[in-house]
Amino acid sequence: MTTAETVVSGAALRLPDRRRRTLWWIASALVVVAAVVVAGTAAVDTAQATSLTERNLAPSWGHPFGTDRLGRDVLARTLAGLRLSLVVGTLAALVSAAIAVVLACAAAVFGGIVDRIVCWLVDAFLALPHLVLLILLAFALGGGTHAVVVAVALTHWPTLTRVLRGQARQVVGSDYVAIARGLGSSAPAIAAGHLARHLLGHVVVGTVLLFPHAILHEAALSFLGLGVDPAEPSIGVLLAESMRYLTAGAWWLALLPGLCLLIVVKLVDTIGENARALVDPRSVHL
Amino acid sequence: MLTTVLASLLAEIARRILRLVLLLAAVAVASFVLMVNSPVDPISVYVGADIAAIGPQQRALIAERWGFDDPPLERFGAWLGNLLQGDLGYSLTFNQPVGEVIAQRFLTSLALMAVAWLLSGVIGFGLGLLAGVHRGRTLDRVVTWWAYTLASAPTFWVGLLLLYVFSVWLGWTPLCCAVPVGVVADEVDLLDRIHHLLLPAVTLSIVGVAPVVLHTRQAVVEAMESDFVAFARAQGESTSGLVLHRVLRNAAAPALLLQFSSWGELFGGSVLAEQVFSYPGLGAATTQAALAQDVPLLLGIALFTTVFVFVGNQLGDLVHAWVDPRVRRPRLTAGRGVRARALAEEAA
Repeated sequence: MTTAETVVSGAALRLPDRRRRTLWWIASALVVVAAVVVAGTAAVDTAQATSLTERNLAPSWGHPFGTDRLGRDVLARTLAGLRLSLVVGTLAALVSAAIAVVLACAAAVFGGIVDRIVCWLVDAFLALPHLVLLILLAFALGGGTHAVVVAVALTHWPTLTRVLRGQARQVVGSDYVAIARGLGSSAPAIAAGHLARHLLGHVVVGTVLLFPHAILHEAALSFLGLGVDPAEPSIGVLLAESMRYLTAGAWWLALLPGLCLLIVVKLVDTIGENARALVDPRSVHL
Repeated sequence: MLTTVLASLLAEIARRILRLVLLLAAVAVASFVLMVNSPVDPISVYVGADIAAIGPQQRALIAERWGFDDPPLERFGAWLGNLLQGDLGYSLTFNQPVGEVIAQRFLTSLALMAVAWLLSGVIGFGLGLLAGVHRGRTLDRVVTWWAYTLASAPTFWVGLLLLYVFSVWLGWTPLCCAVPVGVVADEVDLLDRIHHLLLPAVTLSIVGVAPVVLHTRQAVVEAMESDFVAFARAQGESTSGLVLHRVLRNAAAPALLLQFSSWGELFGGSVLAEQVFSYPGLGAATTQAALAQDVPLLLGIALFTTVFVFVGNQLGDLVHAWVDPRVRRPRLTAGRGVRARALAEEAA
């Protein structure tokens, strides 16, 4: 055995380094999230199957999360609800991130009046409490699942825009962009060639971190009765229904679906924070 | 000298009031457009359950009486005209003028929000301080993990769990409402009110704690690594002395700024907490207004909460400048708080 090989096998025996551990966290969280989506898709039919002989049962081996007032399996409903949450969250995060990227780049590249308009738009969207804004939008769109998706998707961009605008201004103010300008590059060329590359990492992280907010807001709207159609299983709807049976001692209706939502949100948050550690290593040492 | 300072101060105040007016105008126009385009039929909302008994002629009469068929611009003009005279319209849900509903309900919510706000501020600051000073140790890890977990928890779920444990299981706290059921308003004493306030306020504060903890911790860590702390330590200052004399004020400024600029989140949380505990505040009124399609009340609440959030932000800037003298110089003060808040959001 040569010396080089000894060193390699020695490295394999040691604990993985921080970068590898971070990647491992991201990968395993992604696997769990994907598993939830698959299980949720499979559970859509079971989630609506009623069984009037098995109403309000406490958790057991047959029904790990118990059953609700119509004898529906709460585990299946929770999984279907989580899948819906993840779909809404993904859509909302992507749309909001796209809006944020366009506005932030426009503000940084054109500057002047465009920059002021973007800043004012951000301020205007943050002027109302976010939940009140969501309630107004959901109401104006007539309620229901599509209204929630649109409302949640259209209101999560302001904070990300602010962050990206700061980053973009740094790039635009840098020497190499000044040189590119001097050499005759147009504003769109600078935006595509210099800005987009620098911002990519921040955009990915920002998008993933928008996700938990979007999921929690969807759940909140559905909980208030202004969101997802009550016939569809969503975590918010499940928890709103559980309120009526809480005094009767049906703790499982509230505890377990909410806990699952918390776990999924925290998983996505873990992905985001670990991705941030990769993109912006300085943030880890704070 | 004094006159220039006074003039710049007045200019600053005028600038901020102008900002508020612009924001309110934007919110008013935007929410009015949203309401006009909503698929809700105002006549069926107005008539309620008797809608089946209404013929087309009566419909036309009602529409004419309330101006439902007027062009939107004309309706907006009428609403704005009333608004400028202080008349926000009439809430059919509560059978009261919108202004009165908001005033009464907000006072009820205010007690809840104030208690929760103070609790989350004090607990969050304390925990953040502890975590920051003991950075990297078990205590820090536990507190940070707990704060991140809380940030992922839905407010209403936390409320439901507390309701189950303390009201249903242990029976220590009441199940709902702000006052005991079936008691005349005059006979409710303060103790009863506090008893009913306890659980919603704790729910609201638990969720508000997380950002304060994380920001305070970061400010403390930064201050502990600074040169001035290193010098003080080299001169023999103890850790408690360091925290008390060098770190506390540095950490308090961002925490206070954050706590004041989180009034919007606080109100959002109270909407959910009030729904869980059937607490009759402005948050519950918002939900009711949306469910009952009470447009005047929704518009009134949108405008009112805009002012509420704005006042919080302004107070945050003032308190920030008061605690941190570096941002106090007039010329530089303008927008400094905004920038600090943007930084805080970036860090979150």
